[in-house]
Amino acid sequence: MKFIQAVTVALVLGWLAGCSSTGDTKESEVAVEDHSDVAAGGAATSSGVGAYGDLTIESLNDPNSPLAQRVIYFAFDSSDVAEQDREILAAHAAFLSANPEVKVNVEGHTDERGAREYNIGLGDQRAQSVRRMLEFQGVAPAQISTVSFGEEKPAVEGHDESAWSMNRRVELVYVGY
Amino acid sequence: MNIYYRSLLVLLLCLPGWLQAALTIEITQGIEGAVPIAVVPFGTAANSPAPPEDVAAIIASDLARSGRFAPLAEQDLIARPVEVSQVRFQDWRTLGVENLVIGKIATVGANQYRIEFRLFDVFRGRQITGHSLPATADQLRYVAHRISDIIYEKLTGHPGAFATRIAYVVSETRNGKKSYQLQLADSDGYNPQTLLTSAQPLMSPAWSPDGRRLAYVSFEKRRAAVFIQDVFTGKRQEIAAFAGINGAPAWSPDGRTMAVTLSRDGNPEIYSMRLSDRKLKRLTFSAAIDTEPVWTPDGKTIVFTSDRGGSPQLYRMPAQGGRAQRITFEGNYNTSADISPDGKTLVMVHGEDGRYQIASLNLENNRLRILSDGRLDESPSFAPNGSMIIYATESGHSGVLAAVSSDGRFRQRFSLRKGNVREPVWSPFTKRK
Repeated sequence: MKFIQAVTVALVLGWLAGCSSTGDTKESEVAVEDHSDVAAGGAATSSGVGAYGDLTIESLNDPNSPLAQRVIYFAFDSSDVAEQDREILAAHAAFLSANPEVKVNVEGHTDERGAREYNIGLGDQRAQSVRRMLEFQGVAPAQISTVSFGEEKPAVEGHDESAWSMNRRVELVYVGY
Repeated sequence: MNIYYRSLLVLLLCLPGWLQAALTIEITQGIEGAVPIAVVPFGTAANSPAPPEDVAAIIASDLARSGRFAPLAEQDLIARPVEVSQVRFQDWRTLGVENLVIGKIATVGANQYRIEFRLFDVFRGRQITGHSLPATADQLRYVAHRISDIIYEKLTGHPGAFATRIAYVVSETRNGKKSYQLQLADSDGYNPQTLLTSAQPLMSPAWSPDGRRLAYVSFEKRRAAVFIQDVFTGKRQEIAAFAGINGAPAWSPDGRTMAVTLSRDGNPEIYSMRLSDRKLKRLTFSAAIDTEPVWTPDGKTIVFTSDRGGSPQLYRMPAQGGRAQRITFEGNYNTSADISPDGKTLVMVHGEDGRYQIASLNLENNRLRILSDGRLDESPSFAPNGSMIIYATESGHSGVLAAVSSDGRFRQRFSLRKGNVREPVWSPFTKRK
């Protein structure tokens, strides 16, 4: 467990280091975008706890709780979290921070187009985007694990944009709940 | 255009129970100019039971699938010689047949056969080659493929790849439950065998250079891990199960090193793993997705997919790591490289205008050529003689396998009777017991 924490901390530090460089790759743009969010996120966390009141374990099973929403969707070949989904992640971050014994699996998925292993990479980057957002809003790294299923586990079977848009997603799976 | 379409359905005549999952082969596009050849049904002794396989039909089907030969239909055979003395070359010349194959199968013991065949040049009236091969009943199909290899090599000057196998992944949904299988079949789709069944996804099979082992990715623990499995004994070992991605295994040509994609450092990167002690070396250092490594046949270079330039494209780098050079520039999506055995051609999934097709890139003149005509084609894999490329395509919203000649002029589809078939990988040349 210590090792995993250490690795995760290393990952976060590595990411921070990445942000400080002024690389012009696509990934850096994503990172820079996230970084600006961190600044806002500091404030969002404190006000966030207020905003989401007391999210308890019971809230997990409450269909009216903001925690009921556990899937966020992505644009084609993108791992950028959409503006409207940041709200959803903020609720989950507040809940996880308040309940440090709870663990979440962040599962990244893609649509069926393109190469399977590339899609594993893309699903991983989607899951990592979400992980970073949760961590920068105070969730302990040890509470989060990520996995990418790429295009292997579609939510909707289908071969057009209506199915694809539902399959480009990250699912938050609470372990044991 | 000398390309015409025909739809010759090579049907399995009888399907015993264990063959239920066998593939049927449909030739979807052929070429004029395939060499006419006659393969006469092999003779058997009048007083012994017929062997369980029609060896001549297997050979004819192999030769047809290569796209290089056009075997006469059985009803068009004007004579059925079994012995050399029965061959009248004049008969075959009038049909325009360039080559003739005859043979016989002798029963030499319980379940033991001896197959003798001869290949003739009809116009010169001469035997080109002749062999006698032993086989048990179980080996008859394999020996038929060996004979096809000999004929193909004698007539084209290139080794045949009929006595090889393909590995692939099948998924099916039964009672709402998904099941994934790693399967192995002969190069014509017969004799499918299941190596592994899992309720969670299986991916990315890769042959060891000696054809004895397969590496693959399994999500059986709800997270990715790379395994190596012995094809003959079924024994397997987990070689990579780090946090995050464990994917895209690729054996070095000497079989000692495995290139893999791991995200244990926070981002998908390519590593090489020395298999003797599993020592890892990180080869890529970009913030982008780096994955799908493949080795050039000389083992000196690794070609891989990266979106470091904004869209997924193919790059090459030294096998020990180092500066990467972009290879593909046409199209906004180029992934899943495989390299021909002579190292001169690369095949890939080429995406343009929302279509994903198999394309080849001539590495000497950089000419790109579209080889397939699907909408979501993927996973191209060269035959070990470089003559064909097998890939996954969709047919009626189900995944099927297809093969195309490396010049793109001849295409065929293999249809499994049920389930989604994908990620085919053609075995290297192998010797079987």
